[in-house]
Amino acid sequence: MSQTANETYAIECKQITKTFGSVVANDKIDLKVRYGEILALLGENGSGKTTLMNMLSGIYHPDSGSIAIAGREVAINSPVDAMNLGIGMIHQHFKLVDVFSAMDNIVLGTKEKKIPPKVLKERILEISRSVGLEIDPEKRVYEMSVSEKQTVEILKVLYRNAQILILDEPTAVLTPQETEKLFAILRRMREQGCAIIIITHKLQEVLELSDRVTILWKGKSMDTVNTAETDARKLTELMVGRPISLSISRPDPVDPQTVMEIKDLQVKKPDGSRAIDKISFAVRTGEILGVAGVAGSGQKELCETIAGLISAESGHITFKGEEILGKTPAEIIKLGIRMGFVPEDRLGMGLVASMGMVDNMLLKSYQNGSGPFVDRGPARALAEKLVEDLEIVTPGVDTPVRLLSGGNVQKVLIGREIESNPAMLVTAYPVRGLDINSSYTIYDLLNEQKKNGVAVVFVGEDLDVLLELSDRILVLCHGRITGLVDARTATKEQIGLLMTDSHTDSGEVSA
Amino acid sequence: MNQEKTIREPFLRVVKRAERSPRQVMLLRAEALVLSIIAGGVFILMLGHNPFEIYGTILSGAFRSKMAIQATVKIMIPLLISSLGVTLAFKMRFWNIGAEGQIIAGAICASYFALFHSGWNHWVLILVMFAAGVIGGGLWGLIPAIFKVKWGTNETLFTLMLNYIALHMVNFLRDGPWKDPGSQGFPKIARFDANAALDKVLGVQFGWIIALVLVALVYIYLKYTKQGYEISVVGESNHTAQYAGMKVKTIMLRTMFLSGAVAGVAGMVQATGSDITLTNAVAGGVGFTAIIVAWLGQLNPISITIISFLFSVLEKGSSVIQSTHGLSIDCADVLQAVILFFVLGCEFFIRYNFVMRKKGGAS
Repeated sequence: MSQTANETYAIECKQITKTFGSVVANDKIDLKVRYGEILALLGENGSGKTTLMNMLSGIYHPDSGSIAIAGREVAINSPVDAMNLGIGMIHQHFKLVDVFSAMDNIVLGTKEKKIPPKVLKERILEISRSVGLEIDPEKRVYEMSVSEKQTVEILKVLYRNAQILILDEPTAVLTPQETEKLFAILRRMREQGCAIIIITHKLQEVLELSDRVTILWKGKSMDTVNTAETDARKLTELMVGRPISLSISRPDPVDPQTVMEIKDLQVKKPDGSRAIDKISFAVRTGEILGVAGVAGSGQKELCETIAGLISAESGHITFKGEEILGKTPAEIIKLGIRMGFVPEDRLGMGLVASMGMVDNMLLKSYQNGSGPFVDRGPARALAEKLVEDLEIVTPGVDTPVRLLSGGNVQKVLIGREIESNPAMLVTAYPVRGLDINSSYTIYDLLNEQKKNGVAVVFVGEDLDVLLELSDRILVLCHGRITGLVDARTATKEQIGLLMTDSHTDSGEVSA
Repeated sequence: MNQEKTIREPFLRVVKRAERSPRQVMLLRAEALVLSIIAGGVFILMLGHNPFEIYGTILSGAFRSKMAIQATVKIMIPLLISSLGVTLAFKMRFWNIGAEGQIIAGAICASYFALFHSGWNHWVLILVMFAAGVIGGGLWGLIPAIFKVKWGTNETLFTLMLNYIALHMVNFLRDGPWKDPGSQGFPKIARFDANAALDKVLGVQFGWIIALVLVALVYIYLKYTKQGYEISVVGESNHTAQYAGMKVKTIMLRTMFLSGAVAGVAGMVQATGSDITLTNAVAGGVGFTAIIVAWLGQLNPISITIISFLFSVLEKGSSVIQSTHGLSIDCADVLQAVILFFVLGCEFFIRYNFVMRKKGGAS
């Protein structure tokens, strides 16, 4: 593109460096965004995307380098400064007050005088019309769906006249249809002259939406390319630093046998609302059962009920004919049922963050052996074996696991569960937050288990991955099963529809 | 844009830093200790005394004679034992700040046998008093745990309030049922019979042996036993503990009983070994100092032993500077506070750094 040298950029970061102790999170990064442009920021985990954006939104301060907003060099010391400069950030986890209405949330924190509700409502509706957002300003946040909440977040930023919008993985919680809607809005905002930065892992979205892509790699800005002149393969190479195969293998299941049967299961959330609503399905050996659904559709409760962590209202879960519902994890282990569970919250549930690998290996087996003492010998051997087999990068088997990178943490957890020789393995979002390399290692591990005849349950969020990896896909919506489809024939659109309320037929129950 | 006002960088910023290695952390703490001694020296200098002389007196005050050393050890015994007690709870992230009350509860129970069954065989009596201290302190620790497990009460407030209940129970016993009839109306509890007093080993009541045995026991318990492992996991995350199939409630109750029981031993040892009577000063703030000792020792029984020894030296030495240099006892408190301020304050620098504004920074 031919640009004049003195063009005014919305954001111009020059030689930004930020270190955390010995770790260089950002190393002389250059980043430029124009008004009326969508820039995608792409990079593996730990490549410095979030650090860079946190500096733009005033959470961190760079060690060196300069940031210019609209051509003027500035120091951004706090989120308030960022707001005053017209920078708005939409975090992955929404920051809204649940019991407030949309409009209360939108004006919250602005320093202006209180506006009569009628005027405020009009103003908000006007802003939302201008970009094509649909919103009921008086609806309370706790009554909203995830995408509605996101709309409020966007309006919050627009209300403050932000000309620069930063979105951190905005599509992670949306269905494909909702994602489309969001993109349409972002495109309209671009037309109106906003500068938009979008952080995402999903290459398809980058190609579909952005004008330019900046790729970060290990804290350095590798390259900035025009989206029109690139493709998924090239982007991946830049992101990972080497060519990589993007297809996931899917061996055919051998002799699938039902190992677990779930019948009419009903589970309540702590607040009394229904998390799981009368669901029935079977889990079979030698097969990967994918579970799809918008975040919060009951996946977490389903996994934890199966693992015996939360109790159900009614229904049955039988493992090889034996009822396990109502039993604690300890009782399930005592029955000789070998079930592996990789929970969503790895460091908060699956592992003890401050302990080393050795002590984490003990977690489910520390009761083995008689006498009051813990036997760390086998655990140490197992930890060393895992480091070798799974190429876990750690300074030592006694280093606290919280100091390991996300991918290595997950390898420790999955490794331990697999080494317990499970007959069934339940994994919740096992590749969330993992970079491409680690994700493929995890897929390979799951496929290996499948080949060994283990019944694998894979709760996922990326439909492309679910469709490529699973044999069957169970779709959840508001705690109900809206479909059980053959992953070899199903399409993304079909599953996307099943994930929302909008579908009318109950989905084809095949496989 | 709509932004006219220039934004200046703040003069000083706090920046989170990467985790330091254990060696760096130890070094930092050592630096803090040296700095605190220097700062304390400046304080002494301002009072018109020679800091070297004062520090020298503190050390010699704690060690100059056999008697001085014995007195230092005597201060150390209850401090060390109760620090071990709170360590058990803290390891589980149960904020037991009720060691004071648990010490008193243990002392009360032990004193009952000392007062009313002093005729028993000496060793039987000692054993029974020990068991009474364990049970008294343990139950006092168990109460807040039961409430927490059943109704989710806040253990910090609960354990704190129980301190005052225990304290005033001693006052009640002193003024009423257990009042010494031979004290001519002066409210106090009678001195125990010699048969009920702990024996001396090397000139100090044998509580110091109990303390050292407990150091070893707590160390082994936390590090090598299944129950110790459970405590660490529960302390890290209840969810993880449940995931691993642990009975979190049982573990919480058991650990708080043990935590209180160990503090109760401190009370029994102090009453029957040092005071040879029960007063409302039987705990005397030791239960609170124990919290500081436990954290300074990083919940490691071996480090706790060293730290509580240093605390005792400081306390014994401080009482001597009062008599030899005429420095008020409050000065000694200031010195202690300075040292604590530096040593605890350095914990901040383990996680954070200050960054000064660069000259001619962005405007």
